[in-house]
Amino acid sequence: MSAPLLSAHGLSKAYGNRLACAGIDLDVTEGEVLAIVGESGSGKSTLLSLLAGELAPDSGHVRYRMRDGQTQDLADLGPAELRRLMRTDWGFVRQDARQGLRMAVSAGGNVGERLMGMGERHYGRIRGQALDWLGRVEIEAGRVDDPPSQFSGGMRQRLQIARNLVTGPRLVLMDEPTSGLDVSVQARLLDLIRRLSAELGLAVIIVTHDLAVARLLSHRIAVMRAGRVIETGLTDQVLDDPEHAYTQLLVSSVLAA
Amino acid sequence: MTALLTFQDVAKSFTLHLRGGVVLPVVDGVSLSVAAGECVVLGGPSGAGKSSLLKMAYGNYRCDAGAILVRDGDAAVDMVRADPRVVLSLRTRVIAYVSQFLRVIPRVSAFDVVEAAGREGGLDAATARARGKDLLARLNLPERLWSLPPATFSGGEQQRVNIARGLIADRPLLLLDEPTASLDARNRAVVAELVREKLAAGAGVLGIFHDSEMRDAVATRVVDVTRFAQARAA
Amino acid sequence: MSATGIPERVGHLPPRKGEEGSSEAGYNFAYLDEGTKRMIRRAILKAIAVPGYQVPFASREMPMPYGWGTGGVQVTAAILGRADVLKVIDQGADDTTNAVSIRRFFARTSGVATTTRTTEATIIQTRHRIPETPLSEGQTLVYQVPIPEPLRFLEPRETETRQLHALAEYGAMHVKLYEDISRHGHIATTYAYPVEVAGRYVMDPSPTPKFDNPKMDDCPALQLFGAGRERRIYAVPPYTRVRSLDFEDHPFRVQEFTAPCALCGARGHYLDEVVTDDSGGRMYVCSDTDICETRVAEATR
Repeated sequence: MSAPLLSAHGLSKAYGNRLACAGIDLDVTEGEVLAIVGESGSGKSTLLSLLAGELAPDSGHVRYRMRDGQTQDLADLGPAELRRLMRTDWGFVRQDARQGLRMAVSAGGNVGERLMGMGERHYGRIRGQALDWLGRVEIEAGRVDDPPSQFSGGMRQRLQIARNLVTGPRLVLMDEPTSGLDVSVQARLLDLIRRLSAELGLAVIIVTHDLAVARLLSHRIAVMRAGRVIETGLTDQVLDDPEHAYTQLLVSSVLAA
Repeated sequence: MTALLTFQDVAKSFTLHLRGGVVLPVVDGVSLSVAAGECVVLGGPSGAGKSSLLKMAYGNYRCDAGAILVRDGDAAVDMVRADPRVVLSLRTRVIAYVSQFLRVIPRVSAFDVVEAAGREGGLDAATARARGKDLLARLNLPERLWSLPPATFSGGEQQRVNIARGLIADRPLLLLDEPTASLDARNRAVVAELVREKLAAGAGVLGIFHDSEMRDAVATRVVDVTRFAQARAA
Repeated sequence: MSATGIPERVGHLPPRKGEEGSSEAGYNFAYLDEGTKRMIRRAILKAIAVPGYQVPFASREMPMPYGWGTGGVQVTAAILGRADVLKVIDQGADDTTNAVSIRRFFARTSGVATTTRTTEATIIQTRHRIPETPLSEGQTLVYQVPIPEPLRFLEPRETETRQLHALAEYGAMHVKLYEDISRHGHIATTYAYPVEVAGRYVMDPSPTPKFDNPKMDDCPALQLFGAGRERRIYAVPPYTRVRSLDFEDHPFRVQEFTAPCALCGARGHYLDEVVTDDSGGRMYVCSDTDICETRVAEATR
């Protein structure tokens, strides 16, 4: 088995007296979808921010295997290097599309931005790639020049995915990507995420409070409560044969997860 | 020759934390094995723990004690202690599991569900397509349904999609949990034939079939699970 | 400034024809006090040292509203010396309200010589244009800048734009040009067209037409930019590489005018459309009034 792409060890973060994350260990590798589930306030969004380097942990480390094969502690990267990593090798699909997209910029411009950020200076190629990616996330080519402010919630999320995947990242973080969407729209998005992550061999860390989403998308699951991972393992095993009292409560609280 | 699947003194109970931590015993002291070409059928009344045994063999349920060894080439992997990634790898290459229920992502067509399972199981795209067509045709699923998502299908139709999905790839160990429960006699016969073909090709089956006709058609051995029942007081 | 701290009398240079008043009693030379000038000069020196970088400065209240060139006026006031000759243009013209007001302001507060001739000026304060007459060494062009931040339209957060400049993350800058091409088939941005200075900082050349961008490149004159409301000063030192951003398949191009100037017949100058009557009559004339008048005078001589 190959070394993990990303691994976190002993990640802790407190806000004043409140522990948002306490001693979190996790790892994820290429082609693997890891779901982090828990109720709101369980620390899962803080954990995602720690992993993405947006928050500095009070203690602990996040290590990442770079494209050259060298594993680096994210804390050792300079801000320029970290940001370059984020916009080329990583993706981050936000719950609120307005945080993940430029709402006044066309769909094509949104997808093309990361390419331009990597130094692509050929309009025709940028547009070609944008159209290709819009197709892959099932957005009609005719909408390429429309801004996402004119898109539905489901389309915005798909556009976020295209915007993130255009540079061929290896790791994608997702923060509740399906919440707030209609059930049918959610299903379409889940199918898309699953298909693309399998096709591209992505490592995905998805934060969700929805156990059905975790079951459909993820291989492994980590259940968080009060800043700690209380149970982790194969997704279907944790959901079908939960060991921890809290996980049993979570599982029994949803309809047909 | 080593068995494809071996249970060694396996015990399983459920602790219900929401019911004040009451412990629900399921099985204890389970030892059994499945060799290549063998179809071992689990017998016993419902609630005896038959499905739980299959789920433990698939890594879907945990075990309290013992080991469940699955042969992977020359090695034997203990499903009870294996890393989740190893379990997932075995599921794509070695173990097929067909339950009574079809659980799929909404919106994906029946044919795509089957074909994708073939490719996940290591078939190339052309083989997956050809086998998918062949299986759905043999299972008499009307062709007009192939391009539709199975959510709207009848129970029997869904079950046939599920069987096709479970059998399309060449996995040597089949775990079959009532795959024919809502099928008519004609389609049950098709499934029996498919299972016998797998056995002839060297696969091993651990299965649950309530239908005695189906059981007689495929079973090489029946193991009564009641003898593994834990004492109620345990 | 005198040792007593009492503002020096200014205006010992004779007022030029057409500029009434020589200097105002009670004001320091060029209006600003010497401490403020020093502060602004320090910002200017830093801006020259880091070409294209926006240096914050403590912009002062000026006796004119924001949008009238308070940034440019402060830069000019800080560098103006008694021997300087000042030219002020607005949209290329010396005779528009804004240009006249600013020229009169400095004539009254400093008494320096003023001119409309590009070749005679040592300092040219401008809004929207670079003179057609090539500038030379020793001259300083002072731009009035409304919005100094080229990334502002993409990123409203100042902390984030600073970060982007610091790390030279300018991919987003091309998004604006991409949007232009996708909407209009070509880069339709015609003014405030972003440039890369000395291979490092991306800079907004103020609302000058992109027609003038090539004049900024390798220019012998010093170019200073002042934004009063936004409190920023930036600079392009003489003979600095200034490159307009573009795409390989949509290279930077300046506007071309089909007809020559209706007054002086010049080609290759930036032309303004002038409506001549109430029935829709119009003509195209040089926006640079100095060069146009010079050419007309030479032709009729």
